[in-house]
Amino acid sequence: MRLLDFLKGERKKSASVAKERLQIIVAHQRGHRGQPDYMPMLEQELLEVIRRYVQVEQDAINISLDSDNDCSVLELNVTLPNRG
Amino acid sequence: MAKIIVVTSGKGGVGKTTSAAAIATGLALRGNKTVVIDFDVGLRNLDLIMGCERRVVYDLVNVIQGEAGLNQALIRDKRSENLHILPASQTRDKDALTLEGVEKVLGDLSEDFDYIICDSPAGIERGAQLAMYFADEAVVVTNPEVSSVRDSDRILGLLSSKSRRAEQNRDPVKEHLLITRYNPNRVDDGDMLNLEDIREILAIDLIGLIPESEAVLRASNQGVPVIHDDKSDAGQAYADTVSRLMGEDVPLRFHSAQKRGLIARMFGGGARR
Ligand SMILES: Nc1ncnc2c1ncn2[C@@H]1O[C@H](COP(=O)(O)OP(=O)(O)OP(=O)(O)O)[C@@H](O)[C@H]1O
Ligand SMILES: [Mg+2]
Repeated sequence: MRLLDFLKGERKKSASVAKERLQIIVAHQRGHRGQPDYMPMLEQELLEVIRRYVQVEQDAINISLDSDNDCSVLELNVTLPNRG
Repeated sequence: MAKIIVVTSGKGGVGKTTSAAAIATGLALRGNKTVVIDFDVGLRNLDLIMGCERRVVYDLVNVIQGEAGLNQALIRDKRSENLHILPASQTRDKDALTLEGVEKVLGDLSEDFDYIICDSPAGIERGAQLAMYFADEAVVVTNPEVSSVRDSDRILGLLSSKSRRAEQNRDPVKEHLLITRYNPNRVDDGDMLNLEDIREILAIDLIGLIPESEAVLRASNQGVPVIHDDKSDAGQAYADTVSRLMGEDVPLRFHSAQKRGLIARMFGGGARR
């Protein structure tokens, strides 16, 4: 099998690339599961507000909603660029 | 009380209708009173796969809108007396279905049948959500391919939040993974996701593995569900799937490559006969 791999060139198998990509995508999707339908809009609008003051990337904002029995916590994480 | 099973996927063209037809036929052949419903309103297909397209008079939308009774719309399968088909409309659109209407039809069918199989349309919109809403179990049809796996995960999210069982806080919909169009040769070559990877990513139980097979096209050409072709790999794989749905423990087949010559392997030819 080594010889075969060698003959075919040692590129990374495409299926393992697919697996790695999917693991990231699915983890991300599952993080958003069960959240209220307004969350993507809220996230987008918060991003717009923040951008009026600081220039941040699209993925610099991370928002999540955790619910206990009687209270919910909206957690907002924004990675700001280094002050330069 | 019938068991309601939705066959769904998110992504289009992955084999939902092929699978719904095969599973419904298989359940009927095993002695269960079974009805299979086409929820793909506007784009009906199931009638062709079941070979009953010339006997369609009324459809699901007619029943929901009170233009025909269930007994007028149900088509009895030619080959199995335990099996009935409820076709979709070709002329209306998905808005012709209402939640109350679907609930009434499923409720009425529940009294006479053991299994109700719902063939979902593609997508994650209203049509697909209606098809899954009342389900007790879901067969999530997935091809070994990135977009299909991602869409399957979206569907799993909907099943756990937008189904009646979820909304009523009852036991969740039982989710089953059905991998179709699997090509073990390409998996061996490292160019196709293998079944363990897919199962691990989606984290649900595997109910069946259907190989990429020429028997499927042959079956759809003839309007005979592929499970009737009991000599074929796909037919046998669907029969195994039905056994597992009925709670039997059946070993997995068709997961490893057929032997090929060195030359074929080196050049990656992977067609399955
Ligand atoms: N195991 C298989 N081997 C080979 N071809 C297959 C297999 N399963 C399905 N196909 C082919 O894939 C195509 C799509 O199948 P099918 O209509 O069942 O998919 P679908 O998910 O119902 O599509 P849609 O989303 O449009 O409703 C058909 O041409 C069918 O013959
Ligand atoms: Mg279909």
